[in-house]
Amino acid sequence: MHLLRQISFSLRLTRSHGIARRYFITNGFDGALTMLGLTTGFYAAGGVAPSVAVTACLGTAIALAVSGVSSAYISETAERKKELLELEHAMLAELEETAHGDAARIVPIMIAMVNGIAPFSIALGIMLPLWLAQHGVGLPFGPFETSIFTAFLIIFGLGVYLGRISGTFWLWAAVRTVLIALVVVSLIMALELNGV
Amino acid sequence: MSSVKRIVLDVLKPHKPNALHFAQELADQGRDYRIKIKVTEVDKKTESTIVSVEGESIDFDRIVDTISRLGGAIHSIDEVEVLSPSAHAR
Repeated sequence: MHLLRQISFSLRLTRSHGIARRYFITNGFDGALTMLGLTTGFYAAGGVAPSVAVTACLGTAIALAVSGVSSAYISETAERKKELLELEHAMLAELEETAHGDAARIVPIMIAMVNGIAPFSIALGIMLPLWLAQHGVGLPFGPFETSIFTAFLIIFGLGVYLGRISGTFWLWAAVRTVLIALVVVSLIMALELNGV
Repeated sequence: MSSVKRIVLDVLKPHKPNALHFAQELADQGRDYRIKIKVTEVDKKTESTIVSVEGESIDFDRIVDTISRLGGAIHSIDEVEVLSPSAHAR
Protein backbone atom coordinates (compact mmCIF):
# COMPACT_ATOMS: atom_id res chain seq x y z
CA MET A 1 0.00 0.00 0.00
CA HIS A 2 2.88 2.32 0.88
CA LEU A 3 4.43 1.80 -2.58
CA LEU A 4 1.12 2.55 -4.34
CA ARG A 5 0.70 5.67 -2.22
CA GLN A 6 4.24 6.77 -3.09
CA ILE A 7 3.66 6.16 -6.82
CA SER A 8 0.38 8.08 -6.71
CA PHE A 9 2.04 10.95 -4.81
CA SER A 10 4.96 11.05 -7.28
CA LEU A 11 2.59 11.18 -10.25
CA ARG A 12 0.61 13.99 -8.58
CA LEU A 13 3.76 15.87 -7.64
CA THR A 14 5.05 15.86 -11.24
CA ARG A 15 1.60 16.22 -12.82
CA SER A 16 2.38 13.14 -14.93
CA HIS A 17 -1.12 11.66 -15.30
CA GLY A 18 -1.58 13.56 -18.57
CA ILE A 19 1.79 12.40 -19.92
CA ALA A 20 1.02 8.77 -19.06
CA ARG A 21 -2.37 9.06 -20.76
CA ARG A 22 -0.78 10.60 -23.84
CA TYR A 23 1.81 7.83 -24.05
CA PHE A 24 -0.87 5.18 -23.61
CA ILE A 25 -2.90 6.55 -26.51
CA THR A 26 0.03 7.31 -28.83
CA ASN A 27 1.85 4.03 -28.39
CA GLY A 28 -1.39 2.07 -28.12
CA PHE A 29 -2.44 3.48 -31.46
CA ASP A 30 1.01 2.66 -32.88
CA GLY A 31 0.65 -0.93 -31.70
CA ALA A 32 -2.86 -1.27 -33.08
CA LEU A 33 -1.99 0.12 -36.52
CA THR A 34 1.21 -1.94 -36.71
CA MET A 35 -0.64 -5.15 -35.96
CA LEU A 36 -3.44 -4.16 -38.33
CA GLY A 37 -0.85 -3.64 -41.06
CA LEU A 38 0.79 -6.99 -40.29
CA THR A 39 -2.42 -9.02 -40.28
CA THR A 40 -3.74 -7.24 -43.38
CA GLY A 41 -0.47 -8.03 -45.15
CA PHE A 42 -0.75 -11.71 -44.22
CA TYR A 43 -4.39 -11.73 -45.37
CA ALA A 44 -3.54 -10.05 -48.65
CA ALA A 45 -0.63 -12.43 -49.30
CA GLY A 46 -2.88 -15.41 -48.71
CA GLY A 47 -1.85 -18.95 -47.74
CA VAL A 48 -0.05 -17.93 -44.55
CA ALA A 49 -0.41 -20.42 -41.72
CA PRO A 50 -1.73 -18.94 -38.44
CA SER A 51 1.35 -20.31 -36.61
CA VAL A 52 3.65 -18.26 -38.86
CA ALA A 53 1.49 -15.18 -38.37
CA VAL A 54 1.42 -15.67 -34.58
CA THR A 55 5.24 -15.87 -34.42
CA ALA A 56 5.64 -12.76 -36.56
CA CYS A 57 3.01 -10.83 -34.59
CA LEU A 58 4.52 -11.87 -31.25
CA GLY A 59 7.96 -10.75 -32.40
CA THR A 60 6.49 -7.42 -33.44
CA ALA A 61 4.62 -7.05 -30.14
CA ILE A 62 7.82 -7.68 -28.18
CA ALA A 63 9.73 -5.18 -30.30
CA LEU A 64 7.02 -2.57 -29.76
CA ALA A 65 7.08 -3.17 -26.00
CA VAL A 66 10.87 -2.96 -25.68
CA SER A 67 10.96 0.12 -27.90
CA GLY A 68 8.20 1.77 -25.87
CA VAL A 69 9.79 1.03 -22.50
CA SER A 70 13.34 2.05 -23.44
CA SER A 71 12.51 5.23 -25.37
CA ALA A 72 10.12 6.53 -22.70
CA TYR A 73 12.51 5.69 -19.84
CA ILE A 74 15.45 7.45 -21.46
CA SER A 75 13.51 10.59 -22.39
CA GLU A 76 11.51 10.84 -19.15
CA THR A 77 14.60 10.31 -16.98
CA ALA A 78 16.34 13.16 -18.78
CA GLU A 79 13.31 15.44 -18.39
CA ARG A 80 12.83 14.67 -14.68
CA LYS A 81 16.52 15.13 -13.99
CA LYS A 82 16.45 18.54 -15.71
CA GLU A 83 13.38 19.60 -13.69
CA LEU A 84 14.99 18.42 -10.44
CA LEU A 85 18.17 20.37 -11.16
CA GLU A 86 16.15 23.52 -11.92
CA LEU A 87 14.21 23.12 -8.68
CA GLU A 88 17.42 22.52 -6.70
CA HIS A 89 18.82 25.70 -8.21
CA ALA A 90 15.71 27.65 -7.17
CA MET A 91 15.63 26.11 -3.67
CA LEU A 92 19.44 26.33 -3.22
CA ALA A 93 19.28 22.85 -1.75
CA GLU A 94 19.80 19.24 -2.81
CA LEU A 95 16.52 17.44 -3.30
CA GLU A 96 17.72 13.90 -4.07
CA GLU A 97 16.50 12.56 -0.71
CA THR A 98 13.11 14.31 -0.90
CA ALA A 99 9.77 13.43 -2.49
CA HIS A 100 10.95 15.30 -5.61
CA GLY A 101 14.04 13.09 -5.85
CA ASP A 102 11.86 10.00 -5.41
CA ALA A 103 9.50 11.24 -8.10
CA ALA A 104 12.41 11.82 -10.50
CA ARG A 105 13.31 8.13 -10.10
CA ILE A 106 9.81 6.60 -9.93
CA VAL A 107 7.91 8.54 -12.60
CA PRO A 108 10.15 7.56 -15.58
CA ILE A 109 9.66 3.88 -14.64
CA MET A 110 5.88 4.29 -14.47
CA ILE A 111 5.71 6.19 -17.76
CA ALA A 112 8.01 3.65 -19.45
CA MET A 113 5.81 0.78 -18.29
CA VAL A 114 2.69 2.47 -19.68
CA ASN A 115 4.51 3.15 -22.95
CA GLY A 116 5.53 -0.48 -23.26
CA ILE A 117 2.44 -2.23 -21.92
CA ALA A 118 0.00 -0.25 -24.09
CA PRO A 119 1.18 -1.49 -27.52
CA PHE A 120 2.06 -4.95 -26.19
CA SER A 121 -1.34 -5.63 -24.68
CA ILE A 122 -3.16 -4.22 -27.70
CA ALA A 123 -1.00 -6.32 -30.03
CA LEU A 124 -1.79 -9.44 -28.01
CA GLY A 125 -5.49 -8.68 -28.24
CA ILE A 126 -5.34 -8.34 -32.01
CA MET A 127 -3.21 -11.49 -32.27
CA LEU A 128 -5.60 -13.56 -30.15
CA PRO A 129 -7.82 -14.87 -33.00
CA LEU A 130 -4.70 -16.13 -34.80
CA TRP A 131 -3.50 -17.87 -31.66
CA LEU A 132 -6.92 -19.44 -31.12
CA ALA A 133 -6.98 -20.67 -34.74
CA GLN A 134 -3.46 -22.08 -34.28
CA HIS A 135 -4.78 -24.13 -31.34
CA GLY A 136 -7.77 -25.46 -33.23
CA VAL A 137 -10.43 -23.19 -31.75
CA GLY A 138 -13.22 -22.64 -34.27
CA LEU A 139 -13.99 -19.01 -35.17
CA PRO A 140 -17.13 -17.69 -36.93
CA PHE A 141 -14.94 -16.09 -39.57
CA GLY A 142 -11.41 -16.73 -40.78
CA PRO A 143 -8.58 -16.00 -38.27
CA PHE A 144 -7.13 -13.12 -40.29
CA GLU A 145 -10.55 -11.54 -40.88
CA THR A 146 -11.34 -11.84 -37.17
CA SER A 147 -7.95 -10.38 -36.28
CA ILE A 148 -8.48 -7.42 -38.60
CA PHE A 149 -11.96 -6.87 -37.19
CA THR A 150 -10.53 -6.97 -33.63
CA ALA A 151 -7.96 -4.35 -34.64
CA PHE A 152 -10.71 -2.08 -35.95
CA LEU A 153 -12.68 -2.60 -32.76
CA ILE A 154 -9.71 -1.64 -30.59
CA ILE A 155 -8.95 1.38 -32.77
CA PHE A 156 -12.60 2.41 -32.48
CA GLY A 157 -12.30 2.05 -28.69
CA LEU A 158 -9.17 4.22 -28.61
CA GLY A 159 -11.08 6.84 -30.61
CA VAL A 160 -13.98 6.78 -28.15
CA TYR A 161 -11.52 7.22 -25.27
CA LEU A 162 -9.85 10.12 -27.08
CA GLY A 163 -13.22 11.76 -27.64
CA ARG A 164 -14.17 11.37 -23.98
CA ILE A 165 -10.99 12.93 -22.62
CA SER A 166 -10.95 15.77 -25.13
CA GLY A 167 -14.62 16.60 -24.59
CA THR A 168 -15.50 16.13 -28.26
CA PHE A 169 -18.32 13.93 -29.52
CA TRP A 170 -17.07 10.37 -28.94
CA LEU A 171 -18.52 8.94 -32.15
CA TRP A 172 -16.82 11.52 -34.35
CA ALA A 173 -13.47 10.90 -32.62
CA ALA A 174 -13.91 7.13 -33.06
CA VAL A 175 -14.88 7.47 -36.73
CA ARG A 176 -11.74 9.55 -37.29
CA THR A 177 -9.46 6.84 -35.90
CA VAL A 178 -11.29 4.13 -37.86
CA LEU A 179 -10.82 6.17 -41.06
CA ILE A 180 -7.06 6.22 -40.38
CA ALA A 181 -7.15 2.42 -40.02
CA LEU A 182 -9.09 2.14 -43.28
CA VAL A 183 -6.38 4.14 -45.06
CA VAL A 184 -3.76 1.63 -43.81
CA VAL A 185 -5.79 -1.36 -44.99
CA SER A 186 -6.60 0.28 -48.34
CA LEU A 187 -2.95 1.09 -49.05
CA ILE A 188 -1.83 -2.45 -48.26
CA MET A 189 -4.60 -4.01 -50.37
CA ALA A 190 -3.83 -1.61 -53.24
CA LEU A 191 -0.13 -2.59 -53.13
CA GLU A 192 -1.06 -6.28 -53.16
CA LEU A 193 -3.47 -5.81 -56.05
CA ASN A 194 -0.70 -4.08 -58.02
CA GLY A 195 1.46 -7.12 -57.50
CA VAL A 196 4.03 -5.55 -55.17
CA MET B 1 9.43 17.75 30.31
CA SER B 2 8.16 20.86 28.58
CA SER B 3 5.87 20.52 25.58
CA VAL B 4 5.80 22.57 22.41
CA LYS B 5 2.32 23.98 21.85
CA ARG B 6 2.84 26.21 18.89
CA ILE B 7 5.56 26.92 16.36
CA VAL B 8 5.58 29.32 13.45
CA LEU B 9 8.13 28.68 10.71
CA ASP B 10 9.27 30.60 7.66
CA VAL B 11 9.42 27.90 4.99
CA LEU B 12 10.47 28.07 1.35
CA LYS B 13 8.81 25.29 -0.66
CA PRO B 14 8.39 24.20 -4.30
CA HIS B 15 4.96 24.77 -5.86
CA LYS B 16 4.25 21.07 -5.68
CA PRO B 17 2.93 19.76 -3.40
CA ASN B 18 0.55 22.71 -3.05
CA ALA B 19 -0.14 24.36 0.32
CA LEU B 20 -3.16 22.15 0.94
CA HIS B 21 -1.32 18.84 0.45
CA PHE B 22 1.68 20.22 2.32
CA ALA B 23 -0.56 21.06 5.29
CA GLN B 24 -2.25 17.64 5.12
CA GLU B 25 1.10 15.84 5.20
CA LEU B 26 2.15 17.90 8.23
CA ALA B 27 -1.17 17.34 9.98
CA ASP B 28 -0.73 13.57 9.49
CA GLN B 29 2.38 13.70 11.72
CA GLY B 30 0.33 14.17 14.89
CA ARG B 31 -3.05 13.25 16.35
CA ASP B 32 -4.21 16.75 17.19
CA TYR B 33 -2.07 18.98 14.98
CA ARG B 34 -3.66 22.12 13.65
CA ILE B 35 -1.74 23.43 10.63
CA LYS B 36 -2.06 26.84 9.08
CA ILE B 37 -0.08 27.84 5.99
CA LYS B 38 0.00 31.32 4.54
CA VAL B 39 1.70 31.85 1.20
CA THR B 40 3.48 35.19 1.31
CA GLU B 41 5.49 35.24 -1.94
CA VAL B 42 5.40 33.32 -5.18
CA ASP B 43 8.02 33.04 -7.89
CA LYS B 44 8.54 30.80 -10.90
CA LYS B 45 9.55 27.62 -9.05
CA THR B 46 9.02 28.30 -5.34
CA GLU B 47 6.77 29.98 -2.79
CA SER B 48 7.56 31.49 0.59
CA THR B 49 5.17 30.44 3.33
CA ILE B 50 4.50 30.95 6.99
CA VAL B 51 3.68 27.57 8.51
CA SER B 52 1.99 27.50 11.87
CA VAL B 53 1.66 24.24 13.81
CA GLU B 54 -0.45 23.89 16.98
CA GLY B 55 -0.94 20.85 19.14
CA GLU B 56 -0.78 19.42 22.63
CA SER B 57 2.84 18.26 22.20
CA ILE B 58 4.45 18.95 18.86
CA ASP B 59 7.26 16.66 17.69
CA PHE B 60 9.48 19.31 16.15
CA ASP B 61 11.97 16.85 14.62
CA ARG B 62 9.14 15.06 12.85
CA ILE B 63 7.82 18.35 11.49
CA VAL B 64 11.29 19.27 10.23
CA ASP B 65 11.76 15.85 8.58
CA THR B 66 8.37 16.09 6.87
CA ILE B 67 9.07 19.58 5.55
CA SER B 68 12.47 18.39 4.22
CA ARG B 69 10.93 15.27 2.69
CA LEU B 70 8.43 17.42 0.82
CA GLY B 71 11.26 19.53 -0.60
CA GLY B 72 10.80 22.50 1.74
CA ALA B 73 13.51 24.46 3.51
CA ILE B 74 13.03 26.09 6.93
CA HIS B 75 14.49 29.59 6.85
CA SER B 76 13.67 30.53 10.43
CA ILE B 77 11.62 29.77 13.53
CA ASP B 78 9.52 32.92 13.91
CA GLU B 79 7.40 32.06 16.96
CA VAL B 80 7.28 29.36 19.56
CA GLU B 81 5.00 28.60 22.49
CA VAL B 82 6.28 26.06 24.98
CA LEU B 83 4.55 24.93 28.18
CA SER B 84 6.48 23.71 31.22
CA PRO B 85 5.27 20.63 33.12
CA SER B 86 4.15 22.75 36.08
CA ALA B 87 2.07 24.94 33.80
CA HIS B 88 0.45 21.70 32.58
CA ALA B 89 -0.30 20.68 36.19
CA ARG B 90 -1.98 24.03 36.87
